[in-house]
Amino acid sequence: MKSESTVASCPWREMGLKDHEYRMIVEKLGREPNYTELGMFAVLWSEHCAYKHSRAVLRRLPTEGPRVLVGPGENAGVLDIGDGLAVAFKMESHNHPCAVEPFQGAATGVGGIVRDILAMGARPMALFDPLRFGPPDDPRSAFLFQGVVSGISFYGNCLGIPTVGGEVEFSRCYRSNPLCNVMCLGILRHDEIFRGRASGPGNLVMIVGHSTGRDGIHGCTFASEELAEDSESKRPNVQVGDPFMEKLLIEACLEMMRTGAVIGIQDMGAAGITSSCAETAARAGTGMEIEIRQVPTREEGMTPYEVMLSESQERMLLIVAPDKAPVVGEIARKWGLCAAVIGKVTDTGDLVVKENGIEVARIPAKLLAEGAPVYQPPSSEPRYLRETSCFELESLPVPPLPDAAFKVISAPTVASKAPVWRQYDYMVRTDTVAGPGSGAAVLRVKGTRKGVVVSTDGNGRITYLNPRAGGMWAVVESALNVAVTGARPIGITNCLNFGNPEDPEVFWQFEEAVAGMAEACRQLGTPITGGNVSFYNETEGEAIYPTPVVGMVGLLDDIKKRVSPWFNREGDIVAVIGEMPGEPSHLAGSEYLERCFGLVGGKPAEPDLGLARNLVEALVRGAEKGLYSSATDVSHGGILAALAESSFGPSSDLTSFSPVSGAEIEISPGENHRLDAVLFGEAVVAAVVSFPESNLPELTALARSLDLPLTVLGRVKGGRIMVRAREGAQVRTLLDIETRALRDTWLRALVLS
Amino acid sequence: MTVRFGVVVFPGSNCDSDVYHVIRDVLGQPVDYVWHEETDVSRYQCIVLPGGFSYGDYLRAGALARFSPVMRGVEEYAHDGGLVLGICNGFQILLESGLLPGAMLPNDCLEFRCGWVNLRVDNAGTPFTLEYRRGEVVRMPVAHHEGNYVLEKESLEALKKRGGITFTYVDESGRPGKESNPNGALLNIAGIVNERGNVLGMMPHPERCSERILGGEDGLRVFQSVVRYYS
Repeated sequence: MKSESTVASCPWREMGLKDHEYRMIVEKLGREPNYTELGMFAVLWSEHCAYKHSRAVLRRLPTEGPRVLVGPGENAGVLDIGDGLAVAFKMESHNHPCAVEPFQGAATGVGGIVRDILAMGARPMALFDPLRFGPPDDPRSAFLFQGVVSGISFYGNCLGIPTVGGEVEFSRCYRSNPLCNVMCLGILRHDEIFRGRASGPGNLVMIVGHSTGRDGIHGCTFASEELAEDSESKRPNVQVGDPFMEKLLIEACLEMMRTGAVIGIQDMGAAGITSSCAETAARAGTGMEIEIRQVPTREEGMTPYEVMLSESQERMLLIVAPDKAPVVGEIARKWGLCAAVIGKVTDTGDLVVKENGIEVARIPAKLLAEGAPVYQPPSSEPRYLRETSCFELESLPVPPLPDAAFKVISAPTVASKAPVWRQYDYMVRTDTVAGPGSGAAVLRVKGTRKGVVVSTDGNGRITYLNPRAGGMWAVVESALNVAVTGARPIGITNCLNFGNPEDPEVFWQFEEAVAGMAEACRQLGTPITGGNVSFYNETEGEAIYPTPVVGMVGLLDDIKKRVSPWFNREGDIVAVIGEMPGEPSHLAGSEYLERCFGLVGGKPAEPDLGLARNLVEALVRGAEKGLYSSATDVSHGGILAALAESSFGPSSDLTSFSPVSGAEIEISPGENHRLDAVLFGEAVVAAVVSFPESNLPELTALARSLDLPLTVLGRVKGGRIMVRAREGAQVRTLLDIETRALRDTWLRALVLS
Repeated sequence: MTVRFGVVVFPGSNCDSDVYHVIRDVLGQPVDYVWHEETDVSRYQCIVLPGGFSYGDYLRAGALARFSPVMRGVEEYAHDGGLVLGICNGFQILLESGLLPGAMLPNDCLEFRCGWVNLRVDNAGTPFTLEYRRGEVVRMPVAHHEGNYVLEKESLEALKKRGGITFTYVDESGRPGKESNPNGALLNIAGIVNERGNVLGMMPHPERCSERILGGEDGLRVFQSVVRYYS
């Protein structure tokens, strides 16, 4: 066998492999790998591809349910939505690339997740982008924020896939490590589901789309280490996106799949040809033989190592029956794409790479794709928790509440994100019934009465203060965001963003958050169908908040019954269903504490999961019966923010403002309750709803049948938000703010670029 | 009355299926996709150039599409009096091909903008605007990066004079102004028609507001107008 260069000193370390991992490779191969083989191992055994530190913990997540058609392990999960239809969806991270090259990092993040959905046979229909940055007034953070948003806008808009949701949150801990998670969802028929399997020895291996260049080599190795001062030098590891090529690739692949020519299909993302070949062969239990000189390249003289490791974008791997290759070639030509036969499926179980017919690498596909070691690193409870969790919230003074209201509503995390999403085409494909700015995205499914509803959520601050609770909250919050529209939550994907897992305290956060997430998924009946883990989000020992993000998918049987997030009828009753906040502990980890006191403290309680399940039920059943005029869940900024945002109305007009409404409410704080905790407490399982008075008896009965408290607060009224407190026989006005003034502050608080 | 529409598909078009859906499923008229390599479009009664990023639009929006084979057919068709509607990228292509006067600059905010705007219908006499009243204010979405319409002074005067401005960005009461202009377009111009009245280009997307579930139906009348024109 010809080896490109001999393995000098310890090249595996350069490539991110540990000494013992190298020894394991030698042992399993029965010999030393050559340079090309070592590179292939390094990328596929990277944390990013192999989930070495997370795999054991992830097994705790529930992955089964009656709607699960495809669970974890494929390119994306698929859930049944009835009538022979299904949704394919998945979330991924592109954090590391965005930290050094935000525009291309974000753009190629979009491209990658879109191809994952395409690989399932689905037309990609919608994108969602959960993002985290440092404070927007910090120049570095502002640069990253602006770059990521432009990158998403550039790529997603050109593809013609609407970006309809996501969130943007800010905290100093994300300053050097921004988070760019991307979720894509597609719709397909059950009989159209494709798999990433290289079955049938003798079948051809084809590459369709872009030619292969020297870009992005070792991108996934880079994504598997901490960022350091010299990370800027990793910019060449970031791939460059070509959305036009991706658009052609989508259309061409969908057309190819419809002809019946395609046996298996897989995206070439991280680790490019190596991963797509190894994974498809491993899944099918086959082998593969690749001739690298058949791979269309952008440059002369690329070595086998470079071809195998390139992360050039906009490429798909297809497994095609020999007699169908002309069909695939013809469709590729129609769309102006390269399609090349680069090898064939074999029954050896080995992934063999040849250059001009001479073997340059031979590795068992299963060893490459599934043989990486699984670690169970030590974990220990972080020391900081001792300090944060015994913080005495009772001792804080209560500031003037109107000031606090303006401060909370103008916090970057709470403020209107219109400056972000008006850069995204969220309407193309004409399925967006409720888009960004309305809590959860509601998409129609043309030709049916159904609606698919999606929300992404994850609260880093709460997870930092109580990782288990944070894992639960991510699930509960996203389930409630979906349920307030009237949709039933049916399943999740996730993206778990953490620091260095080799740090026992980080690993403890990870274990706890996953345990919480697993428990909440079980209680809410929402299995997880796939996702992504992003470790090493730290710079010079400073880790991000542990940030598990959930993408929840819900189903509306009749889209006409969807519930608006905005008050829409004067005189409607305003009420809270679920827990009424007020206890000092409800302020733990709240936006209010950070904004008004500069504090990140307290120990947020775990959500009452039984209560959450019942609240989902009350929201879904109430919507089915048409009982609600509006519904929104209580999260950042507490009840006050929920009332305010319900009053603001939509902000999808570019040049004019919709009329505002308002609410007049009265609260009766219980014993040990604080007024600020009533208004700004976040750690509650609750929704703010409005409805005509005539529906009160039926809603009361519904709430009672589910053991849910229903607290009537007041009414939808005029253009002011007025809050009175009743203490015994005394009633005093706490707040009386013009909605318009509050909305102006909310709209203008976040400035991009 | 049956009116056969053709929706041109350039590589990179992405509103083609949206327009197709409205014509077939909402308007109930026959419609075909027309591949960019076709050169004869004479069998249609109305050709739509849809929105999107034809050929990626990495150069200037529409700059490459105008050289595509189908545009030779569309130009011939327009010269023979055929109805051509260009929406967003389609409008940009019509400008590049010279079927309509003027050019597009990037939006004055230098960012992509997506959202609803108010439009005033300034000419209700074209085959595409018959179902509107002159001066009527309607709501439609826009979504573009290059919608900042420019035209040199003399031609602008001529355009105004002959009623070539069909849609203007306005506020709710119908007044144009800086506040109601989403992209910096000259005179708040959102849509124009050629002298003969058979070629119309507009930045707003009527196909995105042709069904109530999407937040408005003001756009449907653009397509209904074409049907009425032939009735």
